[in-house]
Amino acid sequence: MRYVLRRAGFFLVTLWAAVTLNFFLPRMMPGNPAVAMMAKFRGRVSGQELAALETLFGANNRQSLPVQYVHYLGDIASGNWGTSLFYFPSPVSQVIRGAIFWTLGLVGVTTILAFALGTGVGIVAAWRRGGLLDSIAPPLLVITSAIPYFWVGMMFILIFGLKLQWLPWSGGADLTATPAWTLSYLGTVLQHALLPALALLITTIGTWTLTMRNNMVTTLAEDYVRMARAKGLRPSRIMFDYAARNAVLPNLTGFAMSLGFIVGGAILIEYVFNYPGVGYMLLQAVENEDYPLMQGLFLLITVAVLVAILLADIATAIFDPRTRSAQ
Amino acid sequence: MLEVSGLTVEYAANRPVRAVDNVSFSVASGEFLGIVGESGCGKSTLLFGIAQLLSPPAEITAGSVTFDGTNLVTMTQRQLSAIRWRDLSVVMQSAMNALNPVKSIGAQFADVLRAHGRPSRKEIADRSAEVLRLVSIDPVHLHSYPHQLSGGMRQRAMIAMALLFTPDLVIMDEPTSALDVVAQRSLMTQIKDLQAKLGFAIIFVTHDMSLVSHFSDRLMVMYAGQIAEIGDTRQVFGTPLHPYSRGLLDAFPGIRGPRVALTGIPGAPPDLSVTHAGCRFEPRCARRMPECQTTAPDLVNRDGSDVRCLLYTAPATDPDAGTDASATTSTDATTSTNAGTAQ
Amino acid sequence: MKDSFLRFGRAIARSRKATVGALLLAMFVVLALFPGLFARDSPTAEAYTRNLGPSSAHLFGTTGLGQDVFAQAVYGTGQVLEIAFGAGLASTLIAALIGVAAAYLGGFWDGVLNLFTDVVLVIPLFPLLIVIAAYVHSSGTGVLIAVLTFTGWSYTARQLRSQALSLRSRDFLAAARVRGERAAYIITVEILPTMSSLLVAAFLTNALYDVLFASSLQFIGLGDPDATSWGTMLYWAQSNEALQTGYYLQAIVPGACIALLGAAFALLNYAFDEIGNPALRPVRRRRTLSWPLGGRRVGRLEHA
Repeated sequence: MRYVLRRAGFFLVTLWAAVTLNFFLPRMMPGNPAVAMMAKFRGRVSGQELAALETLFGANNRQSLPVQYVHYLGDIASGNWGTSLFYFPSPVSQVIRGAIFWTLGLVGVTTILAFALGTGVGIVAAWRRGGLLDSIAPPLLVITSAIPYFWVGMMFILIFGLKLQWLPWSGGADLTATPAWTLSYLGTVLQHALLPALALLITTIGTWTLTMRNNMVTTLAEDYVRMARAKGLRPSRIMFDYAARNAVLPNLTGFAMSLGFIVGGAILIEYVFNYPGVGYMLLQAVENEDYPLMQGLFLLITVAVLVAILLADIATAIFDPRTRSAQ
Repeated sequence: MLEVSGLTVEYAANRPVRAVDNVSFSVASGEFLGIVGESGCGKSTLLFGIAQLLSPPAEITAGSVTFDGTNLVTMTQRQLSAIRWRDLSVVMQSAMNALNPVKSIGAQFADVLRAHGRPSRKEIADRSAEVLRLVSIDPVHLHSYPHQLSGGMRQRAMIAMALLFTPDLVIMDEPTSALDVVAQRSLMTQIKDLQAKLGFAIIFVTHDMSLVSHFSDRLMVMYAGQIAEIGDTRQVFGTPLHPYSRGLLDAFPGIRGPRVALTGIPGAPPDLSVTHAGCRFEPRCARRMPECQTTAPDLVNRDGSDVRCLLYTAPATDPDAGTDASATTSTDATTSTNAGTAQ
Repeated sequence: MKDSFLRFGRAIARSRKATVGALLLAMFVVLALFPGLFARDSPTAEAYTRNLGPSSAHLFGTTGLGQDVFAQAVYGTGQVLEIAFGAGLASTLIAALIGVAAAYLGGFWDGVLNLFTDVVLVIPLFPLLIVIAAYVHSSGTGVLIAVLTFTGWSYTARQLRSQALSLRSRDFLAAARVRGERAAYIITVEILPTMSSLLVAAFLTNALYDVLFASSLQFIGLGDPDATSWGTMLYWAQSNEALQTGYYLQAIVPGACIALLGAAFALLNYAFDEIGNPALRPVRRRRTLSWPLGGRRVGRLEHA
């Protein structure tokens, strides 16, 4: 229990740090982007919204910094994340909502797949040390994890999209179709998701596999694995129940922490494939100098990663009995 | 019941290390055999070699291990699985490392019970509780995890687990080394009691000669991968023949009797990746003779014990004559300190 | 110090993968130092016919602006290596100081430094880089290195801290403490040299990620578009729709370079991983293949 509390505390501290960072970033930047932006807004926004934006970007010279900060925290908590410049007058929260679905689908599913596959391959590779899989997989994956995400995406577009014309490579779904929960529409969604998902899978699977393999190799040398052999248990049982469990569990949180890197790759993949997710929107916002949207997206991404880590911590607490005793 | 014949285990490397070299001995039903030797002499490797628990790069390169009539070395994994734990079980040195940290004690017991049959949940619970009671642990601890038990309890839980199927032979690899002296004693007594009650044989490996000699029927002294001496405990402990056994004993002065200076055995064990021409103990031996450097001794029987030493092999030389010769033939300055206590 | 180099050299030579990595890296270093030897044309001169395919005059063809792709790739090596080594070394330095100090000081300071490291670690790097770069507009190499350094040290700081923790209780450190040496001395003279292989491994990791991040930022247009670098080559290729219009090399070449350099760092890391954790060293096996549980091939594969 203490463990979960400690991790929840960490979650809150990091959340606070991220929100505070978000607050100070525009204020620290040279050229005071806020002022220029405010000029664009003036006259088109109601007084209340203007005040919120000013607070968000530090153009509020009437209030002192600490007061601004408190107002800012209140705004964030209540869901008032500002108004988008590009999609004016839609509020940021509304604009974001449209993109979340796409990203969750693509990135969420692919990451889980990559984790499951990578871990599985890592386990088997370590199990049959010196065997075929172990000789091929690690060096191959080392190389694939060094390839820039976007380049893989571009190559896929080249090969499968342009040359072979097998799969579409732009957008989230067929743009001429109307969005609906129909089978045909979902079909096009799937089609459009295939290439980016594959690109993301290939680039991220490397880390999982390598870490898992190395952890398994260390675990297999442990006494309790030898003991399990001595007991005459089936090899599959030993591999999963004794070795894999102990290799994965302490590292679950570590895995979640590397989500931060995965997010980076997802952003690039979305950009390359024009996939209308959160990452693509972020880059569009940068191009359009839509700072409120940009900051809102940054905050969203950060919170998502933090939540994922917290979930991993809870999973560890459930499955690893050592964390339950008083430390 | 167990017959080890010519067993040789090597660690593969650029220069292979022969950790166990042509070892042969037997264990009868219900017997308690103690194996002693210093670190690196190959005793743990020997144990794992017998139980077919070696991992690469260790490999059995020669010999056989005949258990109840069948040779374990040539058996397939499937055949071995059938025997494992039912007839032959293992107790390891550190229970904290030997027990799966993420499974409860009860789950680990259930694991092995289910691996060899289809017991019902009640049968599992009953049997698990029964063996725990044998080692004086409250069965409520079946729900505990290894890290929640004390060191002594963990060790006893491991022994309980080893007895789930009342095997014919239990192999123990230094099970008391991680415990304090008091716990050691109590554990040994408990093991001896269990043996009397259930009738299994024990091979007990340790570096603590004095501890095991109180409980074992026969004693085997290993050095550099070979048997140096083997025989009835009382004999080997009371009148050790091999100079190495002698040295080991002298390192444990008795609590009663006159005070004597502590003696050790100078030098270090030999490099096992290099083949030796003569006796392996020769560089450190207080009673070495010129021929010890060139002739490797075989095991010979002497008053009921087997010993690997040229002092007892050479038929022409009177072994007792070597005693006086040692003070004059040995040129190593450090060994002269042993000469006074050697006899 | 000298025998550290010898040890590394031997470790690299022993591992085939690491040797390949070392050779690749050496090749890039040579290209960066002496670009003029390999590329005749200037990388920035938009003097040639646009969008040419590969030919003897232009090994990899030309870009949409009429620049020679091969020359760009060669001259671009310099900036990339600058970033990799600059940011890599700097962030490794910070990581070492913070990680080892946390491990050595223990207690309260360990807790504080640890929390700080973890918080920085968890905040997603790339989005943060994007936001900062968006505000700062034109990122010269210096700014890029600075930003990468201050955000990228946290991962390796954690690794180094846990290694330093296991060293902390060793005897030679206790001896130094008893001698009365100050903490700073112990950290720099006793602990850090012992961790040399880990420090190199940390540097390689940092360098790899810095190359990837920097080129990613340049690719989406947040670097200096006029600089000669692989990332900017990709940016221009994307802008000119090189793939769609069939001028593949403009996109393939810089990407391949990045991948190769990244692979070089990653492969080199293999050797240092194995120094630190001997269990990972390749197991030399004899003719009979043994399964990890010690079974043997008896006739057919036996693995019950």
